[in-house]
Amino acid sequence: MTALAALIRRDIRIALRVGGGALIGVLFFLTVVVLMPFAIGPDLQLLKRLGPAILWLGALLASLLTLDRLFTADHDDGSLDLIVMSRTPLELACAAKALAHWLAAGLPLIVATPVLGLLLNLDAEATAAVALTLLAGTPALTFTGMIGAALAVTLHRGGLLLAVLVLPLSVPVLIFGVAASQAVIVGPTPFGTPFSILCAISLVSFVVGPFAAAASLKHGLD
Amino acid sequence: MTLIDLANPTRFLSLTARVLPWLAALTAILLAVGLYQSAMAPDDYQQGATVKIMFIHVPNAWLSMFVWGVMSIASLGTLVWRHPLADVAAKAAAPIGAAFTFLALVTGSLWGRPMWGTYWEWDARLTSVLILFLMYLGLIALWRAVDDPSRAARAAAVLTLVGAINLPIIKFSVDWWNTLHQGASVIRMGGPSMDRSFLIPLLVMAVAFSLLFVTLHLAAMRNEILRRRVRSLQMMQASRVTLANEVGAT
Repeated sequence: MTALAALIRRDIRIALRVGGGALIGVLFFLTVVVLMPFAIGPDLQLLKRLGPAILWLGALLASLLTLDRLFTADHDDGSLDLIVMSRTPLELACAAKALAHWLAAGLPLIVATPVLGLLLNLDAEATAAVALTLLAGTPALTFTGMIGAALAVTLHRGGLLLAVLVLPLSVPVLIFGVAASQAVIVGPTPFGTPFSILCAISLVSFVVGPFAAAASLKHGLD
Repeated sequence: MTLIDLANPTRFLSLTARVLPWLAALTAILLAVGLYQSAMAPDDYQQGATVKIMFIHVPNAWLSMFVWGVMSIASLGTLVWRHPLADVAAKAAAPIGAAFTFLALVTGSLWGRPMWGTYWEWDARLTSVLILFLMYLGLIALWRAVDDPSRAARAAAVLTLVGAINLPIIKFSVDWWNTLHQGASVIRMGGPSMDRSFLIPLLVMAVAFSLLFVTLHLAAMRNEILRRRVRSLQMMQASRVTLANEVGAT
């Protein structure tokens, strides 16, 4: 347990340090959302209607951008080999790394959401709904994305491949995240139904993600 | 001759060399019969002659999912038993599956034009098949990203199995998404009951296409085994040449 806690602390510290790249994700999120009105037009009603979708797409792309960091740096300096060889089960170590990554790169996105909601003319209730769905949904993005990151790191030059592999897997998260947020704004379904399914997807990804990532690391790193 | 003997690539090659011509002939006959029956099938009272697209479309759509199942079983073989023939089976199946999925999409959209008035409708089934197609392409890209075949096989096996878990979830979520966005506006075929004059050609075509898959898959597996042998021969020769040069230099 202490080993896992140490791993989490270490990963967060590295991610927040200069060159760690965790806050790049937030900056990217901000930029994507700011670019949207230029493409759509400064129509506040339309932006309000599309707001949850824009925020979700931005968060999805931002979390994809930082995923590459999850294993690459550790692979480059050799600490990934130590983690694989250590007595701690690799599945737990992967889960710990994903948790640390989410705390460092995923949580800031949710903190930034209210500000971006203002830019998109979302009212307080809608912003809260989007932030809540992001809070429930981004862990699933990180944990399923970890599978792609683990595959990419074993293939050495898998950076571009990562996006192609991960994005189709994130379709369910996107659907239910946007559905739950839209339910608050326009209805007709209650907020609870898609939100519970979103939580369920996150919980499933907590189980499947670490095992698949550990399997691909075990088989892939010779 | 038990099933385990087939695991030897040489035995597999010699057996498939004997079986393949018969299989190909049987596929050709069944396809001919199925196509004839489909051409002779009566027009639908609502859809007219376009209903005949179904005889191509449905077997393709069915196989698009079946091939992923075959790849998942092969992936289990790769990860659990680390068997090279399982790698070969998974690798050979991916492009074939992608082709079936692509044909299902194309025939579906050609069918959609006269029926729904548009080539593309964000219908739940079309959308989930499109995502399946994207996953096939990602898998093929993964196979092509690595030159060491056994390493690529293990990475692809993990992705295939994750896809197998995820595909039902995607299907379910797309169904949900679709019913949320638009009501039952899409014209569907008249209920589950299908007339016998349609059902029999459809079943014949389904069997014919399945046999076509088996034939193509076995042939592609043979090619892949031979390709790997050529590759290892080339590498052996290359190392022999380098060795000879080094000896000559000293």
